[in-house]
Amino acid sequence: MPKLKVVLITGRSIGQGQGKEYGKFSEKYKENVAVCEIDSSDLTKIGITSGQHVKVTTYHGSVVVKGVKSTQEPHPGIIFIPCGPWANAVICPKTHGTGMPSLKGIPAEIEPAPEEKVLGLRELVTQTLREG
Amino acid sequence: MEVIQNVVCPFCGCCCDDIEVTIDSGKITGVKNACAIGMTKFLHYGDERNSSPMVRKNGELFKTTFDMAVEKTVEILTNAKYPILYGWSSTSCEAQKVGVELAEEVGGVIDNTSSVCHGPSIEAVQDIGESTCTFGEVKHRADLVVYWGCNPVQAHMRHLLRYSASCVGKFRKGRADRIIVVVDVRNSSTAKLADHFIQIEPNQDYEFISALRMAIRMEEIEQDSVAGVPVEKIEELADILIGCQFGIIFFGLGLTMSAGKNRNIDAALSLVRDLNSRTKFLIMPMRGHFNVTGANKVSAWQTGYPFAVDFSQGYPRYNPGDTSVIDILNRGECDAALIVASDPVAHFPQQAVKTLASIPVIVIDPHLNATSLLAEVVIPSAFVGIEAEGIVYRMDGVPLILKKLVEPSNGIHSDEAILRMILTQIRKRRG
Repeated sequence: MPKLKVVLITGRSIGQGQGKEYGKFSEKYKENVAVCEIDSSDLTKIGITSGQHVKVTTYHGSVVVKGVKSTQEPHPGIIFIPCGPWANAVICPKTHGTGMPSLKGIPAEIEPAPEEKVLGLRELVTQTLREG
Repeated sequence: MEVIQNVVCPFCGCCCDDIEVTIDSGKITGVKNACAIGMTKFLHYGDERNSSPMVRKNGELFKTTFDMAVEKTVEILTNAKYPILYGWSSTSCEAQKVGVELAEEVGGVIDNTSSVCHGPSIEAVQDIGESTCTFGEVKHRADLVVYWGCNPVQAHMRHLLRYSASCVGKFRKGRADRIIVVVDVRNSSTAKLADHFIQIEPNQDYEFISALRMAIRMEEIEQDSVAGVPVEKIEELADILIGCQFGIIFFGLGLTMSAGKNRNIDAALSLVRDLNSRTKFLIMPMRGHFNVTGANKVSAWQTGYPFAVDFSQGYPRYNPGDTSVIDILNRGECDAALIVASDPVAHFPQQAVKTLASIPVIVIDPHLNATSLLAEVVIPSAFVGIEAEGIVYRMDGVPLILKKLVEPSNGIHSDEAILRMILTQIRKRRG
C-alpha cells in the first residue's frame, strides 16, 4: 500500500460542532469527526478516492478514519482531522512546559486501509484502555 | 406558544445575544438568527441526555438517587490526596465560583479547558501584555481585520457577520469599508472570503511573524522566503498592516497548538506592539467555548490565576506545564477527578485518558459523553443557557446573562446547585 508523509493538524469544523450537539454517540458525530480531510493531490498519490478508509500513523499511535477530499484545499502535504477522540488517538501528549499538548503540526503518515474498520466511540475508548 | 427575544447562545465564545427562541408546551420548537451549530444546540439539547444519576458497581453503571450520587462524590473527593477538578468552560460563572471553593476545600487542582486551548495565549499575555478592545470598537472602527490560525466560518460562524467583516458600524459601513487578511496553513473557508490570503507552512508561525516584524521595522530580510512565503509578499503584507487606521488580529489555535505554542503568541503580541508605533492595532484570541473566558476571569478573581491552579499546599499555586491538567495526568499523579461540563476522554491525548481510567472519576454533565464511559459517578445537570440561567463572559470580556428557556426534567439541578450541595456535604463531613 502506498504511504505518504504528511503533517497532521486538528481543529474545529461545522460538522464537528453540530455532531457533538447531536451527542457523542450519535452517527452524525462519528460521520463528521472520524474523518481525515486530504488534499486532492494527496488522495491521488495514495491511490484512493474520497470516502475510502485511511490509516493515520504518528509516533504516538495510529487510527483508521474515513479519508475525504478537503473542502479547504489546496493544502498538499497537510491532513486535517476534526478535534475529538479519533484525532486524539494520534496527537502528541507532550506540553513542552506549557500545559498544551501538540494538537497541530504533527508529522504523520497516511496509507489506504480498505479492509480496516473505523471504530465507534465506545470501541475506540475500549481499545485505548486495553492498550494501556 | 411563546417567543423569547435576545437569547444569548450557549455555544461558542461569540455569545451571540440576538437569538429568538420559540417555546411551545415547554419545548423549544423554533430558533431564529443562530448559526448552524447554535441552532443544532437549541433544537437537540435533549438528545442523548442522561436522566438519572448513576454510580458504578462491579464495573457497570447503575441508576441511583441524587443523594446517593452526591454521597459517593463526597466520599471520593474527601478520600483523595490530589484530586483534579476540570472542565468549567461550558457552565456559568456562578458554578465556576463554587468549583474554586470546592478545589480549595479538598486541596485539589482546578483547571479549565483553556489549558488545552488558549492557555498559551494567557501565558504570553502575562509575559508581554496585550493591546485589546471589545467587539463594539471593532464593529465601529476596524478597517483591517486579520484572522490568523483560525477558521471562524467553520468554528465561530457569525463572527464575521456580527463583529468584523460584514457588520455595519458607526464609522465603517460594511464589508466594502474593511480589508480582511487571513494567515493559515490551509486555504480555509475563511481564507476564501479574504482580500488577502497568506498560506504559510505548518509550525512556521514564529518565523513568519519575526520576518513580518522585521519588514515593519524596515529591516532587510536576508532570505528569499520565510515559512514558504516570498519576502516580497511579506513586505507587501507589512505595508497593508501599517496602512490601516484601526487594525485587529483575531488569532486561533493555529498559533497556540503548533510548535512554539506560547512563544508564537509572544511574537504576535510583540507584532501588535510594533504596529502601534505606526498605526492603531489590537489583538484578541478567538475563544472556543461560550464561557471559557468566564472560567479564566472567575479563576483569576478568586485565586489570582486564570487556570491550572493547585491548592494542594493550602494556597493557590500556578505553574502551567506543572500544575496543568494534561501534565498531571501524563505524570499519573492525581488520584481522583471531578469533571464538570466537559469531556476529557474525547479531547485529551491517550496517555492522559489512561490515567483518568485508573482513578475514580465523577462526571457532572447534561449529556452522556465519552468520559461517562469510565466514570464512577455520573450526575446529570441542567443545560445552562437553556434549562438554567447564569452569567457568561463573551470572548472580548463582556459579561452577558444566559436565560432559562425551559424547565429541566424533574430532579435535574444546575451545575451550581449540584456543586453547592457537594461542597456543603464535604464541609459538614469535615466539621
